Amino acid sequence: MQLFLSQLMNGLGNGVIYASLALAIVLIYRTTGLLNFAQGEMALFSTYVTWKLVDDSEMGLPVAAAIGISMVIAFVGGALIERVVIRPVERSSPLVIVIVTIGMFLAINSIAQAIFGTDTKQLPSVFSDAAWVVGGVRVTAQTVGLVGVLAAECLLLWLLLQKTRVGLGLRAVASNPDSSRLVGIGTGNMLMLGWAISAALGALAGAMIVPMTPGLSAGSMQAVLIYAFAAAALGGFDSPLGAVVGGIIVGVAQALAIQYVDPLNDIELVVPFALIGGVLLFRPTGLFGRRVVERV
Amino acid sequence: MKSGPGARRALLIRGATTIAVVGVLCWLPQQYGPTETTLYAEALFIAVAAMGLNLLTGYNGQVSIGHGAFFGLGAYATGILMLDHGWPFLATLPVAAVLAAVVGAAVGFPALRVKGLYLALITLGLAALFPALVNKFVKSTGGTSLVQLYRVRPKPPEWASSFAAAEDQWRYYVTLVVAGVLFALMVNLVRGRFGRALVAVREHEAAAETLGINLARVKVSAFAISALYAGVAGSLAALVRLQANAGQIEVFQQSIIFLVAVVIGGTATTLGPVVGAFVVVLLQDHTADLIKDEPTLSPALFGITLILLMYVLPDGLVGGCRRLFRRIRGRMHAGSATDSAPT
Repeated sequence: MQLFLSQLMNGLGNGVIYASLALAIVLIYRTTGLLNFAQGEMALFSTYVTWKLVDDSEMGLPVAAAIGISMVIAFVGGALIERVVIRPVERSSPLVIVIVTIGMFLAINSIAQAIFGTDTKQLPSVFSDAAWVVGGVRVTAQTVGLVGVLAAECLLLWLLLQKTRVGLGLRAVASNPDSSRLVGIGTGNMLMLGWAISAALGALAGAMIVPMTPGLSAGSMQAVLIYAFAAAALGGFDSPLGAVVGGIIVGVAQALAIQYVDPLNDIELVVPFALIGGVLLFRPTGLFGRRVVERV
Repeated sequence: MKSGPGARRALLIRGATTIAVVGVLCWLPQQYGPTETTLYAEALFIAVAAMGLNLLTGYNGQVSIGHGAFFGLGAYATGILMLDHGWPFLATLPVAAVLAAVVGAAVGFPALRVKGLYLALITLGLAALFPALVNKFVKSTGGTSLVQLYRVRPKPPEWASSFAAAEDQWRYYVTLVVAGVLFALMVNLVRGRFGRALVAVREHEAAAETLGINLARVKVSAFAISALYAGVAGSLAALVRLQANAGQIEVFQQSIIFLVAVVIGGTATTLGPVVGAFVVVLLQDHTADLIKDEPTLSPALFGITLILLMYVLPDGLVGGCRRLFRRIRGRMHAGSATDSAPT
């Protein structure tokens, strides 16, 4: 039982990480209806910026401040990317946009390596390494902190999307760009804002993820991105709540599978995708996704 | 079908172009050394995979970012059969094809319910899973999952010594013949009843179904055939590269390359994937040694070129050329006959 609970905690810790990147994916999908393959690399770049701010001998900022600054930089960067790179193909077929984000994936990854070097970096965690034993299970400050950050993120997003005028605009543009333009919503600005927020979330996610991995390197985000996509698909691409639930399910299922199902060693990736396959067969738009009614 | 002098001229042009292209493709290994010949062979097998993916994504509208897995399956089938069981290369080709097609059909079944991005995600899972499975279960000679074929590589036969004396030339020509046959089959497939069914399903599933098209059969077949093409491409890749391996990143990148080749060349055109494959392979090769001191920047160059290409030619190279021809022809017609105003 104790083992089960501690694996559950492990899984939760990982799941929260997947969820944080999945949230960024979902946000872009909600506003623009497209899947951003460069999401992980954008987060990677921001995390390099965070690392630079912390590590640099002249600046040497505390981690939390560095994360804040790099989130601001990412916010601006995300807006710029939307305006400069995505805008020209906004009305093209989704496949074209997919290729553009793939191009961005390659470009950002290699530019990050060229600027920051190819060696592995260490980014300290923003949370203390304290741990408590609750009912025989080790609970780390890391996990508690991650859950807290994610919960705050979700709450803020929910407030933004559901309770503010800007949020209403974002949702309107996502559901029907042409009509929302007719009622006077600045569609372009909304799309830009969606990208900006999503990039900032990515920066936050990156800074949370990297301290839990062996180090920051060019491939840091790629495996996480796959799990985050899995989480987003499981929850439904258009649901932030789904992203969180999906992320946690993927993380926990993965941890439990490694612990209890021996043949799954090294191939624990089977778990999230078996889950996705299973869920999508019964609910083709994910657990929390909305169904689209089609007219002939 | 139109007839008359215009149609005959079009047919002539098409025939001449085909002969010219085939001629150039046959001549390449005579002109260039082993490095370039291998590079062109690489473009050829990527073209095969892209043709298959184009059937699925271009004509049928099902996006897959996991065809690297079928490609890897073909490569491993060929690699293991040649190395551990001593099969000749050509005998392994059908095995790779059938294996990939069967797995492709199995993956195609969820596609009946799952659409668009969700489907793309399932195929991404496939690309992520395949390397893990290979690294866990494949223990080739040498104890790793890397299958090396240098020891069992096929030698050029006697009768081919006049044009393919070198091994790289022989491997190129084998790839060329297989790619040519598959191209001809694909052209027939998409121009026929099946091709029209694919497009109908892409455009509107419900409408296609009311026309009596069996959705399940069409979609699963499209998946199986495209997987077959990817499998054969993988098999050819094992021959050309003389190895089969499956790193997590490589399989994902391979899948992406196929998709890029399809879109760059022009989706839902027969020639597009081939053009796209050559462009992608050559582009990658050229951007790799464009910046001498900064090799890490070459993917950036490749990525940025991709983005720019999409700005200029959103419908791909073949689509763009087609538009250009149409415009020129429109001009010519407008100049010669004033009564046929464009509508």
